[in-house]
Amino acid sequence: MSLLTTHNLTVRHGARVTLNHASLTVEPGEFVGLIGPNGAGKSTLLRAALGLITAEGDSSLAKLSSAQRAKAVAWLPQAREIAWPVRVAHLVSLAQNEREDAPEVLAALARMDLTALADRKATGLSGGEQARVLIARALAQDTPLLLADEPTAGLDPAHQIACMETFSGIAKDGRAVVASLHDLGLAARHCTRLVVIHAGRIVADGPPRHVLTEALLSEVFSIRCYISDAAEGLVVQPLGQITQDDA
Amino acid sequence: MTYPRLIVVLTLLVAGLFMASLLVGVADVSVMDSLAALFGGGEGPLPIVMREIRLPRTILGVMVGVSLGLSGAAMQGYLRNPLAEPGVIGISASAALGAVIALQSGLAALFALALPLAALTGAALCVLLILLLAGSGGTLSLILAGIAVSALSSALTALVLNLSPNPFAANEIVFWMMGSLADRSFLHVWTALPVMLVGWALLAFTGRGIDRLTLGEEAAATMGINLKRLRLILVGGVAASVGAATAVAGAVGFVGLVVPHVLRPLVGARPARLLLTSALGGAALVLTADIAVRLILPGRDLKLGVLMALVGAPVFFHLIWRMRGRS
Repeated sequence: MSLLTTHNLTVRHGARVTLNHASLTVEPGEFVGLIGPNGAGKSTLLRAALGLITAEGDSSLAKLSSAQRAKAVAWLPQAREIAWPVRVAHLVSLAQNEREDAPEVLAALARMDLTALADRKATGLSGGEQARVLIARALAQDTPLLLADEPTAGLDPAHQIACMETFSGIAKDGRAVVASLHDLGLAARHCTRLVVIHAGRIVADGPPRHVLTEALLSEVFSIRCYISDAAEGLVVQPLGQITQDDA
Repeated sequence: MTYPRLIVVLTLLVAGLFMASLLVGVADVSVMDSLAALFGGGEGPLPIVMREIRLPRTILGVMVGVSLGLSGAAMQGYLRNPLAEPGVIGISASAALGAVIALQSGLAALFALALPLAALTGAALCVLLILLLAGSGGTLSLILAGIAVSALSSALTALVLNLSPNPFAANEIVFWMMGSLADRSFLHVWTALPVMLVGWALLAFTGRGIDRLTLGEEAAATMGINLKRLRLILVGGVAASVGAATAVAGAVGFVGLVVPHVLRPLVGARPARLLLTSALGGAALVLTADIAVRLILPGRDLKLGVLMALVGAPVFFHLIWRMRGRS
C-alpha cells in the first residue's frame, strides 16, 4: 500500500500558482529526493501534501485527523525552531510522549550521533547540532513515512552523508522518506528516486540515472554538470552556470 | 532539584505564607489567640476578623496568584515568548473596563456582585472579539487581536473617567484599578472560585500542546496537536482565570510575567512543567506582596497592584537586558 498519494495538488497565492497539479505516489522502500531551484515549490508540495496549507486537489495525508496523521507521517520543517532551552533528550522524546528511555528515542539519538549531547541544552548547541537534534526528533516519531524539508542544510560533510545513509537505511527497512534537497551529488548517490519540480510543476520523476541528464539540469537549474557512473555509483558535480548568452 | 521535590517545596512555601497572611494585620493579637479564634471561634471581634476578613483575603490571594501565574505560564508557552503575559490578549483590560462601567454607572452600589459580574462580562466579550478578529490565523494574529482589544478597552476606560461627572466616582475607579485584596469577603471567594476552577482545568489541558510547540507550530501540528483547539482552550482558560482574578482583585500586573520567568530554569524550561509550578509560584508571590502591603505602610492602604508593579518592572528590565545580550 502506498504511503502517500497526491492527485492534482494545486496551491495558489492570490493570482500566482505556486504548485500546479502535482500528482505523486510514494511506496514503501523509496527514498525520494525532491529537487528544484529556490522557489520552485518543493516546500509547498510537502506542506500541501501534509495538509498544513490549503490546497486544491487530493492528498491522502491531508484527509487524516491530526492524531492519525501523527502516526502516519513525521515532518521535519525547514525552519529549525527550538523555543526553550530544554534538554536534547527531552526534545527528542516529545515524539514518544516524553518517555526519554523509549527505544525509539534512544535509537534516534544514536543514529544522529547525539548520545553524548543528550543532557545538553538544545539551544546551546551549534546550528548543525540543532539540525541533527530535530532530525532525531522526527526519526523518534517512528512513522512509516518521513517528510523532510532540506534536512542536510547546515550539516558538515560527514553528518550530511550520515543523514542520507540514515534515510536510505529507513527506506530499506520498508519505510519511505521524501526529502527536499539542494545537493545534487548527495541526491544522486543516496536517493532511490528523484522528483524534479520547476515553477510549481513536477517536470521529471524517476531513478536518479534517468532524471539527471545534462538537458534537464540545464533547463531547470541553468547549470552545467559533470555526470558519470563511477565504481561507487552515480556522480554528479555542478561545474558552472549557464547564462543567457550560452543558450 | 527534581520536579516532585520542587512542587513539594513550593506547596510548603504557599502553606507557610498562607499562615503568615492570616496572622498579619492591623489588629495586634498573639499568634495563639489568632489561631484559637480562627479554628475555635468564640466571643468578641477576633473570630470575626479572622474568619470574615483575613481568611477570605488570604484565600483570594492564593486564587488570584494561581490564576495569574498559571495563565502567564500557559501564554508564554503558547506564544513561545518569555515576554508574554495574560494581559497580552487584553483580558485584564476588558475585565477592568466592565468593572469601571459598573462603578461609574452606580451599578456596583446596587448589589455586591454587580462589579465582579460586570468584569466577567467584559472578559467574556473580549474573548469573543479576539476569536472573531484572530480567526484561524497563527499566534501572531492572536497577539495583534489582543493588542487591539486591549487598546480599545483602555481607551473606553479612559473615556469613562474623562466623562465622569463625579470626582468621587473617578477617584473610586482609579483606586479600584490599582488592584487590591483589602476588604474582600467570602462572597468574592464564592463568586470567583467556580469561574477560576473552570479556567484552571482548561489551562491544565494545554500542557501537551505547549510542550510540543517548543518545536514550532508546524512540527507540533504534525505531532498530533490540534492547534485550533489548543488556542480555544488557552484563550478560554486565560479569560476565565484572569477575568475572575481581575473581577475580585482589580488589575494586578507582572505576576504572570515574572513568575514563569523565575521558575523556568528550575523545571528545565519545559513549558508543561511550568504550569503547576507557576500556579504555586504565583500564589506565593501574591501572598508575599499582600503581606508586604500590610507591613510596609500599615493603615495607608498601599495597593497590591502598585507594589507588584514596583517590584515587577525592574525584573522586566532585567529580562529585556538579558535578551539584548543574547541577540
